Amino acid sequence: MSSALKDHDRVVITGVGLTSPNGNNLAEFRGALLEGRSGVVPFETRYMPPTLAGVCNFETSRYQKKKDLRRGTRAGSVAIYCANEAVKDAGFDWPAVRKDRVGVYVGITEHGNVETENEIYEISKFDYDTSVWSHHHNPRTVANNAAGEVTISLGITGPHLCLGAACAAGNAGFIQGVQMLRLDEVDLAIAGGVSESIHTFGIFASFHAQGALARHENPAKACRPFDLARNGIVVAEGGGLVTLERLPDALARGANIYGEIVGYAMNSDAGDFVLPDRNRQAECVKLALSRAGIGPEDVDIVSSHATATEQGDIEEAAALAEVFGDLPHVAINNTKSFIGHAMGAAGALELLGNLPSFRDGVAHATINLDDPDPRCRLPQVVANTPRRLERVRHILNNSFGMLGINSVVIVRRYPD
Amino acid sequence: MTRDDIRQVILDILERIAPDEDLSNITDDVPFREQLELDSMDFLDIVMELRKRYRVQIPEDDYEHLATMQGTVNYLEPKLKDVVK
Repeated sequence: MSSALKDHDRVVITGVGLTSPNGNNLAEFRGALLEGRSGVVPFETRYMPPTLAGVCNFETSRYQKKKDLRRGTRAGSVAIYCANEAVKDAGFDWPAVRKDRVGVYVGITEHGNVETENEIYEISKFDYDTSVWSHHHNPRTVANNAAGEVTISLGITGPHLCLGAACAAGNAGFIQGVQMLRLDEVDLAIAGGVSESIHTFGIFASFHAQGALARHENPAKACRPFDLARNGIVVAEGGGLVTLERLPDALARGANIYGEIVGYAMNSDAGDFVLPDRNRQAECVKLALSRAGIGPEDVDIVSSHATATEQGDIEEAAALAEVFGDLPHVAINNTKSFIGHAMGAAGALELLGNLPSFRDGVAHATINLDDPDPRCRLPQVVANTPRRLERVRHILNNSFGMLGINSVVIVRRYPD
Repeated sequence: MTRDDIRQVILDILERIAPDEDLSNITDDVPFREQLELDSMDFLDIVMELRKRYRVQIPEDDYEHLATMQGTVNYLEPKLKDVVK
């Protein structure tokens, strides 16, 4: 795809804003990933016994007044923080940027559960009198909430929307941004994904009911993708948004370029509500490779989606084995082992934490891989300690979600 | 509640609804909106808080009485006179 692209259609990442349970900017996050520092902590939520979660501690007041925080949502707050950080990182002279040519594309796994649960809890204290149901409920729960709050924060008058894509949402946000730039709908896309999911008890209760909620006496050891002792998902919050620009625009303003998005794909299993499908996942990876005009041998780092559920890990390992076989130079890693599953932000954070590899030449590890599951036969997994690579030219980022939604994004080093 | 009690209740509510504002110099006979950054959703918050705290139902037609501190206290005085602080 990219080799035949005109420069106008080449899209690069020029700014990164993120909050993760183990870091509130790319340098902190990368440092934690290289040092093996987890962001999973004990967590209590309404109605549930004590559990574990990946909790973010970004400075909410950096870009919002107290009133904005009171009126808006946690998802909006995460998105505002990340968007402002990305814009700052990209070095824009923001007042001079044409705001009607900026688009905001925020991937979300779900939205509104937090606010709905809160309101039901609130009216329960009034014998379920609906006259005390908040007038803020609707603007807080509309599906475009997080992206819309970003436009208000940054004065953006171009298009905005949230992309509901389960846990493939972070990649979906990136892909939408690339597409809108190529269609010339916008000149700048703020794109990625966010999640506020730890603030709804329902997600914990549902994973628990499914037998898929992780537990461990040491929170840092709870999320164990590809490990025999895994026992489920650690729910996390977080956000990762980037500024995407067409290559000539980025070059003209002398922007720092983190990498070029050269391939992507999305497809659907058309099968089960929750169980993944190795065949469709492999097809998705192959489609992204084909569009990037590269083969498996050209990929240096594969950021896996694995969530530490038995079937999820096994299916993805099989899909990766089908595509990458025993290619020895490929490094396969996993970010959830450090921070848990950041849902709508997962795909975004997982790609962003790997981007510095283009410069430092290191693949961060998958931690907590003490006893590899033989059913996840992936000799290339970077187990527990980072691996120095001979070259890092392409990073491939997997992100899959419920209802059988698959997404893959491939980023190339720039300059190549 | 006395008029002073009601005034304090309104200040407490405003502090929650407009947390960035300095409320120490509110002039009672000047509209809130000329002194504070308040919009229609904020006014609904005031109405909602009174409903939650004291079960006071304020019909939409009466919202005009809530424009100033003085007007709000005047309006609420008979409704809250039997409420123990």
